[in-house]
Amino acid sequence: MARRRDWVALSKPPLFALCLLPLVLLAWNAAQGTLGPDPVAQLEHRSGDWALRLLLATLAVTPLRRVTGVSKLVRYRRLLGLFAFFYVCVHMGIYLVIDLGGFWSQIFAEIARKPYITVGFTAWLLLIPLALTSTKGMMRRLGRRWQQMHRIVYLIPLLGVLHYAWMVKSGNAIANREPLYYGAAFAALMLWRIPWARLRDGLRALRAGTAAAARCPDPAARR
Amino acid sequence: MLIRRPPDILPGEITPEGVHRRRRAILKALALGPLALAGCGRGAESQAVPADGGGALEIAKRGANVVGEPMTDMDAATRYNNYYEFGTAKDDPAKNSGRFRPEPWSVEIAGEAEITGRFALEDLLKPHPLEERVYRMRCVEAWSMVIPWVGFPLGDLLKRFRPTSKAKYVAFTTVNRPGEMPGLAYPVLDWPYTEGLRIDEAMHPLAILAVGLYGRTLPNQNGAPLRLVLPWKYGFKGIKSIVRIAFTERQPATAWNRAAPDEYGFYANVNPAVDHPRWSQATERRITGTGFGLFGNRIATRPFNGYAEQVASLYAGMDLRRDF
Repeated sequence: MARRRDWVALSKPPLFALCLLPLVLLAWNAAQGTLGPDPVAQLEHRSGDWALRLLLATLAVTPLRRVTGVSKLVRYRRLLGLFAFFYVCVHMGIYLVIDLGGFWSQIFAEIARKPYITVGFTAWLLLIPLALTSTKGMMRRLGRRWQQMHRIVYLIPLLGVLHYAWMVKSGNAIANREPLYYGAAFAALMLWRIPWARLRDGLRALRAGTAAAARCPDPAARR
Repeated sequence: MLIRRPPDILPGEITPEGVHRRRRAILKALALGPLALAGCGRGAESQAVPADGGGALEIAKRGANVVGEPMTDMDAATRYNNYYEFGTAKDDPAKNSGRFRPEPWSVEIAGEAEITGRFALEDLLKPHPLEERVYRMRCVEAWSMVIPWVGFPLGDLLKRFRPTSKAKYVAFTTVNRPGEMPGLAYPVLDWPYTEGLRIDEAMHPLAILAVGLYGRTLPNQNGAPLRLVLPWKYGFKGIKSIVRIAFTERQPATAWNRAAPDEYGFYANVNPAVDHPRWSQATERRITGTGFGLFGNRIATRPFNGYAEQVASLYAGMDLRRDF
């Protein structure tokens, strides 16, 4: 069957390259020695930033689709989601191999005891099944359950923001506003998802119900 | 600014106006002269001079690198700083401290001492020959550097004011100049920054007041013109741009301890066995600033940052887990 290559299909390879670009730049800067006095911290920081950005981009696909009415935008979602997972893996790899290199015993203690590591590690664990079931075949096989399972993704940026906020010296949000920005973007994307219309209708029905109940004080009459 | 000089004290320490002016001229000439310093090692030849880097200092005693570990590049030590009064990012202090004026400067000496008052920095520094001390600097954020400071023992200065028997602690305060320190606009800490030491800690010969690093006057981002360096404690104890030193009977409040008492203690001695509640203190990432610096930076953290032999006795009998 000859598939017609529409603009979504045509734009995927450049998008793929674009998603890879931050890693290429990071590797280039690391090789050039232009990451400043503490290059390892920079590597961790920037890879983590891109993981969060791509997670939020993935969550932005559906709202964007609804707002623009271009429903085939959904076809970008898997690519963005998998790249988010990829950057989470890169981020963790940098921490384990480059930063902690040689001090392996510390990692087990940290995963168990240090909340920001626990939370970050949990986010990575939760992403694994999502990545593994991201293929068309798995979508078909899982059917309705696929969608239920992939709702886990709403938890990941939250864990990511917590992971970011808890690792800075000051617990004060003012001292480090970046986690706050990511948190705000995430909150906006989640608020958009609340079915406002349904809530409003439900509330109206409820109010009508209580009004009716007020008019009929006899509970038996309400049945 | 009115600077009080009690007449009954420090007669030999008062700098005559003329001498003071001449000294200023010499310092200026030095600052404008060739920047390569004899004996400054690689700091002088190979590193870029920070934009606001100070002039050369006259160093009476030049200590060998007793640490025996490679020194951090001056460039790294002057561009990677925690000085929240200039912003919370590591490169903020170097970027945002250009407007800061570290002179003229005076320090108020207050509290439980026979001699108190406000003193010009020149008068405070005059009797103290400057020494170079190469110390490890361990940040509570689990990174570290090796820095050649220029300064003199804090105790030598404190003794001149004849602390009384009531002087159990020493409290320090950083300058508070919102116009020159953009970070003060954000209530990250309860400004001005404050720190404190028990008097015996303050009198310990390893505790120094620094006026320079890498043979030069302190750049603004490193705490010009006068800062504390306590190599066995986490870096945040090394209060910068000091304007007040007070002898107190009770333990003074300290900025980070007030911000998060369960995370930052009054003592803040480097201790690999006592973790920060949110991260491990068992190891640290050594910042040298040379080469690619990607691999092999992590090293084990040592009790009292490797100065246990000299300072551990100060804390004999104390529960360091409780008094962290």
